[in-house]
Amino acid sequence: MKIGRRGFLSFVIGGAAGTALSPLPWKMMDDSSIWTQMWPWTPVPEDGEASYVNSVCTLCSGHCGITVRKIDNRAVKIEGMKGHPVNNGGMCLLGLSGLQLLYGPMRVKTPLKRTGKRGQGQWKKISWNDAVSEVVEKLRDIRSEGNPQTVGFISGSDRGTVSRLFDRFLTAYGSPNFMRMPSVRDSYELTQYLMQGVQALPGFDFENADFIVSFGSGIIDGWGSPVRMSRVHSAWQSADVKVIQIEPRLSNTAAKSDKWIPINPGTEAALAMGLAHVIVKESLYDAAFVKNYVEGFFDWKNLVIDKYNPDTVASITGIDRGTIVVLARGFANASKPLAVCGRGNGTTPVSLDECMAVNALNALVGNINKKGGVWAVSEPNYINWPEIEMDAKAAAGLQHERLDGAGSKTYPFTRYLLPRLPETIDSGEKFPLQALFVSGANPLYTHPDTRAVRNAFDKIPLVVSFSSYMDETAQNADLILPNHVYLERYEDVPTPAGMIQPVIGLSRPVVAPQFDTRHVGDVVIQMAKGLGGSVAKTFPWDSYDSCLKETLGDLWNFLMEEGFWSNTGAMPPFFGTSYETASGKFELINKDTGSIPQFKPVSIEGDEKDYPLLLIPYDSIRLACGFIGDPPFVMKTVEDSVLKGKDVFVELNPKTARNQGLREGQRVVLTTPKGKAEVKVHLFEGIMPGLVALPRGLGHTAWDEYLAGKGINFNALIGPVEDPDSGLDAAWGIRAKLEKA
Amino acid sequence: MKEGRTHKKFQKFGMVIDLDKCTGCGSCMVACMAENNVPFRKDESNKLLSITWMRVYKLTNGMPFPKIDVCYLPRPCMQCEGQHEGHSPCVSVCPAIATDYSMESGIVSQIYTRCFGCRYCMASCPYHARYFNWWDPIWPDGMEKYLSPNVSPRMRGVVEKCSFCFHRYQLAKDRAFMEGRPELQEDEYQTACTQACPAGAITFGDLNNPKHTVSKMAEPDPKHSGRPKNPNAFRLLERLGTNPKVYYLSSREWVRRAGDNYLKNEKKVKKPVHHG
Repeated sequence: MKIGRRGFLSFVIGGAAGTALSPLPWKMMDDSSIWTQMWPWTPVPEDGEASYVNSVCTLCSGHCGITVRKIDNRAVKIEGMKGHPVNNGGMCLLGLSGLQLLYGPMRVKTPLKRTGKRGQGQWKKISWNDAVSEVVEKLRDIRSEGNPQTVGFISGSDRGTVSRLFDRFLTAYGSPNFMRMPSVRDSYELTQYLMQGVQALPGFDFENADFIVSFGSGIIDGWGSPVRMSRVHSAWQSADVKVIQIEPRLSNTAAKSDKWIPINPGTEAALAMGLAHVIVKESLYDAAFVKNYVEGFFDWKNLVIDKYNPDTVASITGIDRGTIVVLARGFANASKPLAVCGRGNGTTPVSLDECMAVNALNALVGNINKKGGVWAVSEPNYINWPEIEMDAKAAAGLQHERLDGAGSKTYPFTRYLLPRLPETIDSGEKFPLQALFVSGANPLYTHPDTRAVRNAFDKIPLVVSFSSYMDETAQNADLILPNHVYLERYEDVPTPAGMIQPVIGLSRPVVAPQFDTRHVGDVVIQMAKGLGGSVAKTFPWDSYDSCLKETLGDLWNFLMEEGFWSNTGAMPPFFGTSYETASGKFELINKDTGSIPQFKPVSIEGDEKDYPLLLIPYDSIRLACGFIGDPPFVMKTVEDSVLKGKDVFVELNPKTARNQGLREGQRVVLTTPKGKAEVKVHLFEGIMPGLVALPRGLGHTAWDEYLAGKGINFNALIGPVEDPDSGLDAAWGIRAKLEKA
Repeated sequence: MKEGRTHKKFQKFGMVIDLDKCTGCGSCMVACMAENNVPFRKDESNKLLSITWMRVYKLTNGMPFPKIDVCYLPRPCMQCEGQHEGHSPCVSVCPAIATDYSMESGIVSQIYTRCFGCRYCMASCPYHARYFNWWDPIWPDGMEKYLSPNVSPRMRGVVEKCSFCFHRYQLAKDRAFMEGRPELQEDEYQTACTQACPAGAITFGDLNNPKHTVSKMAEPDPKHSGRPKNPNAFRLLERLGTNPKVYYLSSREWVRRAGDNYLKNEKKVKKPVHHG
């Protein structure tokens, strides 16, 4: 058959039309779209009965109330608890991703014993009984040799029953070496002790203040209790409260403030003294308060007038004279002014000078223990345990000075000096540390000069980690005795950082333990029982839960019902009589120690010739830099101008970049006296020329594949700088240089 | 839909975000991810591929040190209404009716099982609010336990976007129905981001209901397709006529101007506004 052109065309067109009219193409398209989407491995979450459990988040010291939504026995969402005094329904991004920590791959699932070399990651599963008895045996040996003081404990906190159990255990055992992770609370505690004679928690009545001068505190960058600070910040917006942010870099807090005043890093105390100068000279201070309740004003006044006139301060701080004068007047003339310090998210201390100078400013305007001021908040006193039974060995051990030097002749009033530990271990000047326990802390990541810390740890024969997650410290431990995650355990949670009203929260199990983990409180009690004798007698409880129930007494039922207890009508201690100093007044000069608010520059490591730039850290609420690392959700929020692939960006002022011949996105080597790392350049007008800023919270070597190996750990590039007055690590930066890679 | 029309007056759910209060913390982003079973990958630093129904952008005023200023801008789906109801950019191009405009709630839906991944909607969306699943979602062992049964996990090959937590609307409606109430209270239906925002910067409600806070804050003008009457309020790319249901508030003029694609030489700002 011959097919003509006409025949061919009608066949093709007819065929096409016929096919189009038939269901075939539509059916195929439908099938293929269903087929491309129906992969059996796309999970279908099981439905079930919904319920809610109230608890408290303990991922930072903010202690927000949480309400966890459950479907049957699965936790599916963490939300903020409505009506909670800290967060009233709001929640930070780390708290919101808590379920990724609960169900995540970074969990340590059973007790582990190291088999390879330290840090190699070779582990053997062991039973809880074996693990605990191994520790007990070692502790018994150390004790029988008469060296109980050679055991140390690093804890994320020193408040609440769990931390108090650690401390109690060490004391009964015979060691003074209970150490808390450093933070700006160290500086504030010491300042309040020296100036007000009290051991208390620093509380800030931000809700009632109307003029805030922040010396670099990242008010909305994670400082204090982050969600409370966010809420306060919003209230300030509506109430037209003035916020002055003083720091060398335009942080989020600075961008949101009414005025950002860039300052030469490390000179904050000088500015505080300069402000005091103007206030004193122009007689803008609260004369009645100063006259009646302040001791040492005239001596201090002379110092302030002599040494800190605005011109001198301008040359130190780089802030012009006029700005200083205007700021001082604004502060002193406000009805409820409040000055606050602690850089970034407040997880590093500041020098005693700086904290005292800022506290002196508050005293000048008379807002100590007043509405809208700084309060010395006393800890809710609910932990009343029987006296510790001490045998001769414990008493002998406790005669030793602490390894970190806190409470020694040099630093008599500082309570904890953990950053000094590596150096002490290295120098071997005291006794060697034979066993170290770590709980709720990740010193191998969060401590400055990570390499030195690791070398020091290598000299300790037994390192035991209680971490729920495979963090850097756990990775380098000999034994991991994994604690339940906060969503699986009971724990009392005392007043959040910076709050003025006492709060006690109850963290409680939202789900049953997912793995073969054990409450660290139980493990400590078991260790004590294993040791026997007076140590065992000091722990009369069968389990942590019974200890907690007994400790809380009537409060237990209340907390089980309400989730938290809080004294909403809390009043500050009376500003006139609340000082337990020698003079019974607020002391500007402490006669015992000679401490006086002033400015002495904190030395900085490195030579200006070799290292022309200054490296400073910055904190972002999107980068957790404490003992918890960013879960995958939080990593998703990190901007691509901070992290791209595995490269972290350092921030440079375009002017600095031009001088150095660098451009946006360029790969460079960042070198400090402590180490070097490859980074990329991000040009940012919000940073002072001459500075390099690196975010904290990246550069993990442990954790999961979503976090590990990305960016650089700031702590690997900086070392601690000891504040001669307090022993605290007052480093604010380090000299650095950038070279093209 | 016809039934709906004969019923009662429609709702128009919308959002007002106060940029003066927003601290850029990213809680809204994570609250959304946790609520909506959003997947994650090992590397999320390529933001074109990173699925974030809610994304917080960082804006700067472009001034040199120290006059520089920064503002954060959270961007959910704008749930555009278009010039007449339902004429949103994405809805009008979808060949599969996989995305549709609900007359009842004013929410632009996304029906994953209908979507065949042509990505026209992504091309048409001026807000980059839509994301494509280039890969199957993979949760590490055990993490699937936290997945919510209220939102179906998406498969490779489909587009997804913010739904104003539509499942919460459904749940709230069901509850109200069971309790014999015809209407929802303002606080009964709130999105996950609104609920989580620590700064209280996000307000959510019915723009058609003058009693709801969103209407009072933004003061939408129905004669000019919802353009805000509040001088501090603005919408993103207002001039495109997409008629979004997300309003922003800012006291800073440079921020308000950054919300639309102003040209440099266009109507000079009288005095440069620097916050601080």
